[in-house]
Amino acid sequence: MTDTAVESRRQTRPGAPAAPPLRPQNRQFAVLAVLVLLAIPLPLILPSAQGAVAVRILIFLIMAVGWNIMSGFGGMFSFGHAAYFGLGAYTSAYLLVEHGVSPWVGMAAGMVVAAAVAMVIGYFSFRYDLKGAYFALATFAFAEMLRLVTTSSDVVNGAVGYQVPLIQGSSVWQMQFPAGSPAYFWIALVLAGGAVALSILFRHSPAGRYVVAIRDDELAAASVGAPVMRHKLLTVALSGAITAVAGAFYTQYYLFIDPQLAFGSSVSIEAIVTAVIGGIGTIWGPVVGAVIVGSLSDVTATLLATPPEFLSFLQGRSGLDVILYAVMLILIVRLMPKGIFGTLADKISERRRR
Amino acid sequence: MSLLELSGVDKKFRGLHALSDVEMSVSEGEIVGVIGPNGAGKTTLFNVICGALKPDSGSVRFSGTDVTGRKPETIARRGMVRTFQLMRPFASMTVAENVSLAAQHHTRGAARLRDHATEVVARVGLEEWAHRPATELPTAGLKRLELARALAARPRVLLLDEVLAGLLPAEREPVLDLLAELREQDGTTLVFIEHIMAAVMRLSDRVLVLDQGAVLATGTPDEVTADPRVIDAYLGEEPTTDADA
Repeated sequence: MTDTAVESRRQTRPGAPAAPPLRPQNRQFAVLAVLVLLAIPLPLILPSAQGAVAVRILIFLIMAVGWNIMSGFGGMFSFGHAAYFGLGAYTSAYLLVEHGVSPWVGMAAGMVVAAAVAMVIGYFSFRYDLKGAYFALATFAFAEMLRLVTTSSDVVNGAVGYQVPLIQGSSVWQMQFPAGSPAYFWIALVLAGGAVALSILFRHSPAGRYVVAIRDDELAAASVGAPVMRHKLLTVALSGAITAVAGAFYTQYYLFIDPQLAFGSSVSIEAIVTAVIGGIGTIWGPVVGAVIVGSLSDVTATLLATPPEFLSFLQGRSGLDVILYAVMLILIVRLMPKGIFGTLADKISERRRR
Repeated sequence: MSLLELSGVDKKFRGLHALSDVEMSVSEGEIVGVIGPNGAGKTTLFNVICGALKPDSGSVRFSGTDVTGRKPETIARRGMVRTFQLMRPFASMTVAENVSLAAQHHTRGAARLRDHATEVVARVGLEEWAHRPATELPTAGLKRLELARALAARPRVLLLDEVLAGLLPAEREPVLDLLAELREQDGTTLVFIEHIMAAVMRLSDRVLVLDQGAVLATGTPDEVTADPRVIDAYLGEEPTTDADA
């Protein structure tokens, strides 16, 4: 092919919309860098009570990014991400408590275990062609199974769970700091930033594009050479591994894990609600969703502890956050089916095209 | 030696004998038209050839190897690529993204993929639509996109399922020219299902007539259209009542 041929093809014809910039991922990496830089001083500025909220937002963020890779990009709706969160939490807790292994190593081990389990669950679900609600139910069943197994297994302390042994002072290697230390936030920030970066990389890689094509139309994708099973397994493995990071960090931050906290269905729901509210299948949806969902429970808790006069009947009750999640979910699905970020992004790109 | 060879291919759906004992042989560089009444098994034949369906018995050989019941992606990567009668675009992608995805298995690198996609999109005349969402295309555009995506996969054998249906007569001409050019320039072998007889007569070296899942006749376009059985089953002015069976 001659250079002139290439040149002439590159010229945009009159009336034809210009090609989008070569690498949209570069723009997304730039946005991510700005967000991370802006977040770094937060724990020093925020009052210490809000520091815990900020860390919780980041944990939700990691979970939602993980869920979004499998269910948003891959279109395989998981109702059982507690399985991967719990495996991350339990693997690192078990290795730390029983064998004194650093939580960092435990986190990596948890990622491997979660990825392997995700591939096993995935393989059988895809092999027997479980789709939609049936696939969601199968993932839910596996998460529940893991919850029951840990509850009744003495090897991992049964229903009692694990307390992270406290150390003197602070240690990055042991991922332990005095309560309220900004170090927790910074570690979570690095992990969350890494998760978002991975999801950007994955979305724009050849594998990620195959995954999206398989979501859009599996047979059409296979018919142009997309290896379906391999890419589905890759997607669930990556999704499981990222979610496991959230679980391992959760254990270190709250210093305690039990079967309900790790594998309970509320964990799966939190991952889903966060991604759905923000915007399924987008890079920034989980980020937006995490900020909202992560701070919501704190807002409601404050409200319940000291309610204003007209809400005094709520004094001392709990569960308002769950009601608000539900109301918000209904409103979002009804009014903004693509989530807050997804709907806004659509509006903007529509306007740009006019 | 034939590039694509089917022998004794049989496929049943419950009681329906969709394909019965189909024999078919396509040489390198040949253009074969597949005709027959609705429900004759034409699309089922493509599904079996491309791995979307497993035949109950019989074999599909491509380029000397048995590909019977292999996965669609394996068959596509070996160079046998099909289009769909009911268009199946990747709905979340632009036209250019649809096309470049199909090139991924042989081309690496974002810039080279983009160049390849631009070239193929221009070849089917969709450059104005290149960066629009595929779902915004009208029917005729979606048909072209099907063709573009299949071309981008670099087929040795291209199987086209009614790629002209839904196109205006004026829109068919450039597509027919493109198909003829594909063989001349790229040496692509074509197997195409088509109802528009003018196109079948013009393009095909050979025509295969399917009726009720069985090969009714095969031969040059002239031979086939003169065959009384074919006229009776398919070409006749008034379709017989059981033609849709």
